[in-house]
Amino acid sequence: MSTQLPTQIPTGGYNFAYLDEQTKRMIRRAILKAVAIPGYQVPFGSREMPLPYGWGTGGIQVTAAIIGPEDTLKVIDQGADDTTNAVNIRSFFQKTTGVATTEKTREASLIQTRHRIPETALSEGQIMVYQVPIPEPLRWLEPREGETRKMHGLAEYGVMQVKLYEDIAHYGHISTAYDYPVRVNGRYIMSPSPIPKFDNPKMDNSPALQLFGAGREKRIYAIPPYTSVKSLDFEDHPFEIETWDGACAICGATDSYLDEIVTDDTGGRIFVCSDTDYCGERVEAGHKGADDEEKAA
Amino acid sequence: MNKLLQVHDLTKTYGARTGCANVSFDLYPGEVLGIVGESGSGKTTLLRCLSAQLEPSAGTVAYDMRVKGLTDIWSLSEPERRMLTRTDWGIVHQNARDGLRMEVSAGANVGERLMAVGARHYGNIRTEAEDWLTKVEIDTGRIDDLPASFSGGMQQRLQIARNLVTQPRLVFMDEPTSGLDVSVQARLLDLIRTLVSRLGIACVIVTHDLGVVRLLAHRLMVMRRGQVVEQGLTDQVLDDPQHAYTQLLVSSILPV
Amino acid sequence: MYVAVKGGERAIDNSRLLLAEERRGDPAVPELTLAQIDQQLSLAVDRVMTEGSLYDRELAALAVKQAQGDLIEAIFLLRAYRTTLPRFGYAEPLETAAMHLRRRISATYKDLPGGQVLGPTFDYTLRLLDFDLAENGATPEAEMAEEPLAGAMPRVADILGHGGLIEPETPQDDRPVGDVTRDPMTFPADRDARLQALARGDEGFLLSLGYSTQRGYGKNHPFAGEIRLGEVAVEFVPEELGFPIEIGEITITECQMINQFQGSTTEPAKFTRGYGLTFGHCERKAMAMALVDRSLRAQELGEEPKAPAQDQEFVLYHADNVEASGFTQHLKLPHYVDFQAELVMVRRMRETAANNATPGDDFEEAAD
Repeated sequence: MSTQLPTQIPTGGYNFAYLDEQTKRMIRRAILKAVAIPGYQVPFGSREMPLPYGWGTGGIQVTAAIIGPEDTLKVIDQGADDTTNAVNIRSFFQKTTGVATTEKTREASLIQTRHRIPETALSEGQIMVYQVPIPEPLRWLEPREGETRKMHGLAEYGVMQVKLYEDIAHYGHISTAYDYPVRVNGRYIMSPSPIPKFDNPKMDNSPALQLFGAGREKRIYAIPPYTSVKSLDFEDHPFEIETWDGACAICGATDSYLDEIVTDDTGGRIFVCSDTDYCGERVEAGHKGADDEEKAA
Repeated sequence: MNKLLQVHDLTKTYGARTGCANVSFDLYPGEVLGIVGESGSGKTTLLRCLSAQLEPSAGTVAYDMRVKGLTDIWSLSEPERRMLTRTDWGIVHQNARDGLRMEVSAGANVGERLMAVGARHYGNIRTEAEDWLTKVEIDTGRIDDLPASFSGGMQQRLQIARNLVTQPRLVFMDEPTSGLDVSVQARLLDLIRTLVSRLGIACVIVTHDLGVVRLLAHRLMVMRRGQVVEQGLTDQVLDDPQHAYTQLLVSSILPV
Repeated sequence: MYVAVKGGERAIDNSRLLLAEERRGDPAVPELTLAQIDQQLSLAVDRVMTEGSLYDRELAALAVKQAQGDLIEAIFLLRAYRTTLPRFGYAEPLETAAMHLRRRISATYKDLPGGQVLGPTFDYTLRLLDFDLAENGATPEAEMAEEPLAGAMPRVADILGHGGLIEPETPQDDRPVGDVTRDPMTFPADRDARLQALARGDEGFLLSLGYSTQRGYGKNHPFAGEIRLGEVAVEFVPEELGFPIEIGEITITECQMINQFQGSTTEPAKFTRGYGLTFGHCERKAMAMALVDRSLRAQELGEEPKAPAQDQEFVLYHADNVEASGFTQHLKLPHYVDFQAELVMVRRMRETAANNATPGDDFEEAAD
């Protein structure tokens, strides 16, 4: 094989980034096709990874196929760098590539994520890799692969709108809270992966390249930089994101996605930023949460 | 007046068995054609071929497309054909379960075709759905209920509303009244007759019930063993049947 | 203030150490060797090799040991190792008619050329716990037969084939055999892909599906035409030689189910086949696979697919236990961002409902 392996990389007996070069080429071809047809799900020969299906095997394969020794990797799960899944995947790439890792969104060239998009705006040259459990946004309406592929092919998306109609008819508003379907580049309807709908607007016209990998379902799809990503809605019931009454208890942020932390068993709870890097940066810059202000007072 | 549908030598075979053979006829806008025959006569096969649900083995089904004029529907691309069947055509199935989305509300059932062709204003879709429920005599208070909670007759009327909402020019109906009580049948037939004549929709109705065609159809085609044995104006065929089989059919159901 | 944001990495390291300790158990008890697992838990090793799609007794034994006897986990370990192996080529099709048999039975003929060979099986044991075994009792020795078994025995399906009573098994066309571990499955799936997926499929899942066909969910009147166990040569054609050479011998179990087929307008009635093949001795799996293979052929044989076992997408998308186990267990991963989104939504829906409720309605606002 005519592969040029980066030298002096501690890879523990495995190829750089675990996958063999043939497999990486196959995945890169799928990625290129995905970038060329934004939002279209490209089938690929997903490999068995040393991580269980459903735990990010698709994201890992995409990252493994594009990561180079010069990259700086950030891995988050639920917005945090220190959750179990993020720790596992980061240490996998540290072992198999030796690349630099970071918790800072700004410093990362490659960000693999499960369920969140960082609050810090992404910039040109950065790549987001999303872990996707169920890539087919029409799956809940039509379980058959043959039929959903046809619906995408013919852009027959009426049934998706029917689901939103039903929500409004029954609840007065659209009740999808995460994995909220989007239309990419005015053509394909796409699952943004189970990010909260709060993050959907960040995908629209993003300067970063966004790649999506579903290992178990063997699909890759992509949003090229500066591509329109519209959350589905009705003209008279426009898409809207979650809001919180309070602010982050640690950094006082009111513009970030907040996680609820239960503090006792009598209903006590506080809210903190889900994005730990964003929260930390704000604290460093001198912002304070309500709790700290109380203490200071 | 231009022909709306032109069927020429339509044949469908299943291996050695014949579904229907050498069927030819023309249909004009606003005209209602009844196809009668006993079960196994090939009438449902014919309807499925006409309505693009089944590809014929030979022959053509040409439809007067709004832009291109008379065009063989099997020469269209699949997207064009699917678009045609869900906008300019309607299909009312014998069993409402085949024609409705049972897991979503009546309003969504009516609104689906509108959304499929790009309607994105919830309020307008809902108003239109209410309007159509009224037209098919369903209480608008039931708009958010599931079709499963409807009676058989209501389900059929909902199916009709769901089809007519895009103002099709041609509707296919497969035994729309069978399986309903006699009094419910009468009400449904009355409704279909009113809507079809008021909106000027052309219709192809398959039934084994001569009473249905006498009430609805302008013209009649009698099928037996895959062949058309007799066709003509409904009253003429029913009052003065020429073919022995038609005579048998007519005599076995009188009085209508 | 309690905020669990840091400390994940160390906790994970400690969890791994605890697992290793538990795997070893009481250090006063001698440690299992791979040879012991290979020899004395051989059916576990066989299953792991079959569903792990890798014929290597030693690695499979290691996987069983490392997984503490959790076979699905062991299969996963072997699979993850398998993907890293380079491919240097594909073996020739196995010639199972020429295998060295240790067991061969047919339920369709009382006797047949080569005879019924019972071999090692649980079939004729009384399922009584053997307390001698608990005491490490002596193993009784089997007597050597006076004559060796025939070198090659015809397969029952071939015997039927001579009379044209059973469909011939011929390649679908000239295209190369697919590989479900390299290319994503497409639907409708061809039989090569289906058989591969079934061979890797979970024994329990296939067993229950096969059983469902017997109980009438897609009935197809099966007869166990033949089940054979034994050793078969693996041949490979190196490019530089251009002819096949034998590169080894593997143990396999093969099952051919024979099913009635009514015939159609174009074809006379005849028997059809369902096929099962496993590494090692996995008889139950081979039989279940053969039943499901046949039921998945419903469409190509012109039968209307109605039952779950006849639904290609349903069976093939859900048969793989590594996929199923991973996705089921991924529910353990944190989902609190999504849950938060749902919380916000549910609270909002409850608020809307409370505001819509007129006074006097017995809608109860939950204690907040």
